[in-house]
Amino acid sequence: MVKLPEAEKLCEQLAAELRPKLGPKSAMIGLYTGGAWLAERLHSLLAIKEPLGLMDISFYRDDYHQQGLHHDPKRTKIPFDVSGREILLVDDVLYTGRTVRAAMNELFDYGRPASISLVVLADRGGRQLPVCAQYCGARVEVPAGMRLRLTREASGKLALVLESQSAT
Amino acid sequence: MQRNPQLNQAGELQHLLSIEGLPREILTQILDTAESFAGVTEREVKKVPLLRGKSVFNLFFEPSTRTRTTFEIAAKRLSADVINLNIAISSHTKGESLLDTVANLSAMHADIFVVRHSSSGAPFLIARHVKPHEHVINAGDGRHAHPTQGLLDLFTIRHYKKDFSRLTVAIIGDVLHSRVARSLIHGLTTLGAPEVRVIGPQTLLPAGVEALGVKVFHDMREGLRDCDVVVMLRLQSERMKGALLPSAQEYFKNYGLTLDKLSLARKDAIVMHPGPMNRGVEIDSSVADGPHSVILPQVTFGIAVRMAVMSIVAGN
Repeated sequence: MVKLPEAEKLCEQLAAELRPKLGPKSAMIGLYTGGAWLAERLHSLLAIKEPLGLMDISFYRDDYHQQGLHHDPKRTKIPFDVSGREILLVDDVLYTGRTVRAAMNELFDYGRPASISLVVLADRGGRQLPVCAQYCGARVEVPAGMRLRLTREASGKLALVLESQSAT
Repeated sequence: MQRNPQLNQAGELQHLLSIEGLPREILTQILDTAESFAGVTEREVKKVPLLRGKSVFNLFFEPSTRTRTTFEIAAKRLSADVINLNIAISSHTKGESLLDTVANLSAMHADIFVVRHSSSGAPFLIARHVKPHEHVINAGDGRHAHPTQGLLDLFTIRHYKKDFSRLTVAIIGDVLHSRVARSLIHGLTTLGAPEVRVIGPQTLLPAGVEALGVKVFHDMREGLRDCDVVVMLRLQSERMKGALLPSAQEYFKNYGLTLDKLSLARKDAIVMHPGPMNRGVEIDSSVADGPHSVILPQVTFGIAVRMAVMSIVAGN
């Protein structure tokens, strides 16, 4: 049985790491669904002035022609001008890197940011694209055929869970 | 049981031919997806890369400017290549059959056919003959169905009223010849609107319309009472010649929507019209341009709804 790190602790740790790096041009965008939960948490821990952006990358996925359109896409909401911003892009788990590529493509349709840094709770390896996270809570070994996912309880408590891939 | 021709074996939407027979989950999926696309259409870059490399053929066997244009914009915002064919003045007149026309376009590597035809059922015929990777969207067939208009009406209602479960909706005018009315009635009943009314003169209501689950009114004032949504239908001028109606003036007096009649509906009622409008025939300008009117937002929402339909069928 794989021992998973505690998501709540990783949040505190990421917030502490990010705090000294924030500047007047910083803004945060979370990727649905897990990344949005993590971003909501970090955004409030860090008391970032700019409202939080939330992004659903369904319209930019590279597996549309194999998988079709995701069934319940959320509406992307970026309540600030992206141009010239230092964007903190937040996701729960970094794996193949394809989600991050899609998110960067979508982000550039909103404007030209000054920079993008990637913030993830967990990195499970297995990259298929040249993507790396600037801020990473933990590295986690995930057994083959399993998926690592963030969950949020009704109380708001975040936790990492492993589930079999077919369950998705 | 015969399989629904619109769905593939996994029960997903393969073609959009009619709202009738579509399960509630698929209607909701289309409306939810359209909601996300509405966000895209408000951005500076109004394009997403979903249908890059795909070809959409607009096959209009019957003229229509608005519907064709909104389908074209929707396809372009999905990054598809769009080819408009006005077949009313093309090979059709040279005697080519419908299926031969489609077979030729298929040989040009079509992915989506958007079909408008004066004969009810023409898009169904095409859907039965296309290749598995090709998709057909009905853009209006005869008096039968106009599903994307019905969906954009449903989207508009949901946008302003949030929820169908307590709504009273009145559909007013020439229901008999209206494919829009039929599509909307099916959609509203599937999504659980408790009361749908149709209002019009006997000659313009189909016999047995009650079987669709609607209440019939011939007195507009009575039918408008406490409505949340008022949908006006276009009165086609040819109807006057067919002796179905005495005159435009007479029709306006009885069934034209004026501020005075609208005051019988709820204070926050919305007024819709699929366009093109005949001002002074079915609707007064003071209503069409007034605060209750959501006629122009309907057009904008129509683009997001058509983006949703195209991207869902092309992905299945």
